[in-house]
Amino acid sequence: MATKVVMEALSPTMEEGRLVEWKKGEGEPVAVGDVLAEVETDKAVMELVARAGGTLLKQVVAAGATVPVSQLVALIGEAGEAVENGAAPPKEEEAQATQPTPDRNRPVSTPPAPPAQAAAAAPAREVTGRVKASPLARRLAAERGIELGAIRGSGPEGRVVVRDLEGASAQRAAVAPAPAPAARAAAPSPRPVMPAPGGPPYTDVPLSQIRKTIAKRLVQSIGPIPTFYLTTEVDMERAWDAREALKALGEGPKVSFNDIILKAVATALRQHPACNAWWQDDRIRYWNEVHVSMAVAIEEGLITPVIRHTDLKSLREIAAESQDLAARARERRLTPEEYTGGTFSVSNLGMLDIDEFTAVINPPEAGIVAIGRIVEKPVAHEGQMAIRRRMRLTMSCDHRVIDGATGAQFLKTLKTMLENPLALVW
Amino acid sequence: MPTLTYRDALNQALREEMQRDPDVFLMGEEVGVYQGAYKVSRGLLDEFGPMRVVDTPITELGFAGVGVGAAMVGLRPVIEFMTWNFALLAIDQLVNSAAKMRYMSGGQIGVPAVFRGPGGSALQLGAQHSQAFESWYAHIPGLKVVMPATPADAKGLLKSAIRDDDPVVFIEGEMLYNLKGEVPEGEHVIPLGKADVKRPGKDVTIVCHSKTVAVALKAAEQLAADGVDAEVIDLRTIRPLDQEAVLGSVVRTHRCVVAEEGWPFAGVGAQVADTIQREAFDELDAPVLRVTGADVPMPYNKQLEKAAKVDPARVIAAVDSVLYRD
Repeated sequence: MATKVVMEALSPTMEEGRLVEWKKGEGEPVAVGDVLAEVETDKAVMELVARAGGTLLKQVVAAGATVPVSQLVALIGEAGEAVENGAAPPKEEEAQATQPTPDRNRPVSTPPAPPAQAAAAAPAREVTGRVKASPLARRLAAERGIELGAIRGSGPEGRVVVRDLEGASAQRAAVAPAPAPAARAAAPSPRPVMPAPGGPPYTDVPLSQIRKTIAKRLVQSIGPIPTFYLTTEVDMERAWDAREALKALGEGPKVSFNDIILKAVATALRQHPACNAWWQDDRIRYWNEVHVSMAVAIEEGLITPVIRHTDLKSLREIAAESQDLAARARERRLTPEEYTGGTFSVSNLGMLDIDEFTAVINPPEAGIVAIGRIVEKPVAHEGQMAIRRRMRLTMSCDHRVIDGATGAQFLKTLKTMLENPLALVW
Repeated sequence: MPTLTYRDALNQALREEMQRDPDVFLMGEEVGVYQGAYKVSRGLLDEFGPMRVVDTPITELGFAGVGVGAAMVGLRPVIEFMTWNFALLAIDQLVNSAAKMRYMSGGQIGVPAVFRGPGGSALQLGAQHSQAFESWYAHIPGLKVVMPATPADAKGLLKSAIRDDDPVVFIEGEMLYNLKGEVPEGEHVIPLGKADVKRPGKDVTIVCHSKTVAVALKAAEQLAADGVDAEVIDLRTIRPLDQEAVLGSVVRTHRCVVAEEGWPFAGVGAQVADTIQREAFDELDAPVLRVTGADVPMPYNKQLEKAAKVDPARVIAAVDSVLYRD
């Protein structure tokens, strides 16, 4: 009789695991304690260890597959033993054919708990009091990461039904304490290197377990877009000089600071493709092309025309295009193609004497940079007090896509470029 | 496309099948000289003669048994019951003989017979003549149960029933015989076991069959005026039940009301509700509700009879409930 190996709860909060790689092939002998496979949990990559010895008869689950805890993943038995297909769900005692051990070489934020403790760590609500909800509402809430207990149901006896889930984010924000973003800032995530222009316009990356967990927690904490803000101050002396020099040439369109910033943002995005992305609910779309949206105030409100392939255009082209787009935006003569499809946004209130502000993300984009005014102020410069032209940049990041360190690295590059405008043509 | 009554659509199906296949014959009380108690067999005696349109005495058990025997030796009898209430006398032939023969003979002998006639209530016919028995027959393995709601379905389904190699219980809707509708000419065959979307919608699924199809459509019309877009699924065949159609609709609407003429206990709606809760549990936003006839013998009194029947108002009330509008 074959022994069933099931997906173990390798951390207290683990609900499903991705089988990253098989360490034992079918037909290979297995001793107690041998590592059968690597499993990615919501926290880390861990090892699935055999408790029973024998031969690995069958890998029920393919590498790369994500399976819920307690689902059958493999069968161990005597060599040559016949295995039935689609074996029945494993029983509890069989589940103990595996036991989790943390991989010493990998970071593990929570020690794995034995199954009994894992059960105890399940949401208390399931044990103490049941939330009445329709099956559909229950399923959708789980998919959207909404806590049912926080919602007032409008059905009979307070049953939560689908219509109650609409606008549930506001209620969520009130109940869940905000997690510390810094704790997750350095979380690893699969990110593509931006390929040369001319390839496919974007790369879709399915969500990893850790990315799913981050997204779920943050949405519970803040709302539909869990935003955080990064601020830095940029020395604009050289950019100022560069603009004066371009103006002095007297040729072509007038280059504004906004144009220089658009160019710098696009160039920095090419170096930090992780910030040039869309949140797509079940995946993150990493764009291989850079299309920067620029917020333009018009009488009716706000519109964000897009400069396509911003990174591939010269400052002169960007200046001409931004002037044209802004002018036509004010006349409301933009076509929908001209104000949709951006991959990142820039919003500038410097001309209105705003020192610093936080811009609202333009979904599905994951980031926006808010530009304050350039103001002369006394600062320490090369060891001396000096009057310098300074500008404050604030980046709003969708934390589901951009982690703290990722955003900060992008912002640092952006600052370096603006402080060294030659880098824009480097 | 010509417009025919439900009775003439059935007549057309019988005539075409008798012309097509000399093994098909019709037998029952008053089917010949009187041309059918409901005039479904009008003109058939003249066209096909007394060997193929056979008048019988009032002997339900007897002529149903003759029909089973004829089918066992290769003929294709269509047995007309004046109403399904009278077929209670013949139920042994249907349940013990027709339904079991293929199984008990190890597949050697089939019973390609159709048992047909009006079912359900009409107007003030009293408790003994106003009964919907489809769930009884659908309960029996070996029987197919077919219930057309429109003239076109009546023709297409009767032709399929006659051509089917197993016994088919074909229950026509008493009160539907005068219903008019477009009916395709010639070869119009509707496969057994396929439900029909009589009205597409996205907010709630109303599952119905036979006479309750009209009730459901009327309810859907009134609901539409109130901003509720109801989908009406006509089962057409009770067994085999088109689970795919029902589940497909519920997956879209997340809510379901089943309307039927029969009594509530162990009715067709119970089977539908079970299928939905088992196969589409996570799609449900509300319990499946059933609207049925009252759980009493049908009253003779006109007002009480009206109160005991399914009507659009009760369907709308159930829809309001599953939409949490009440």
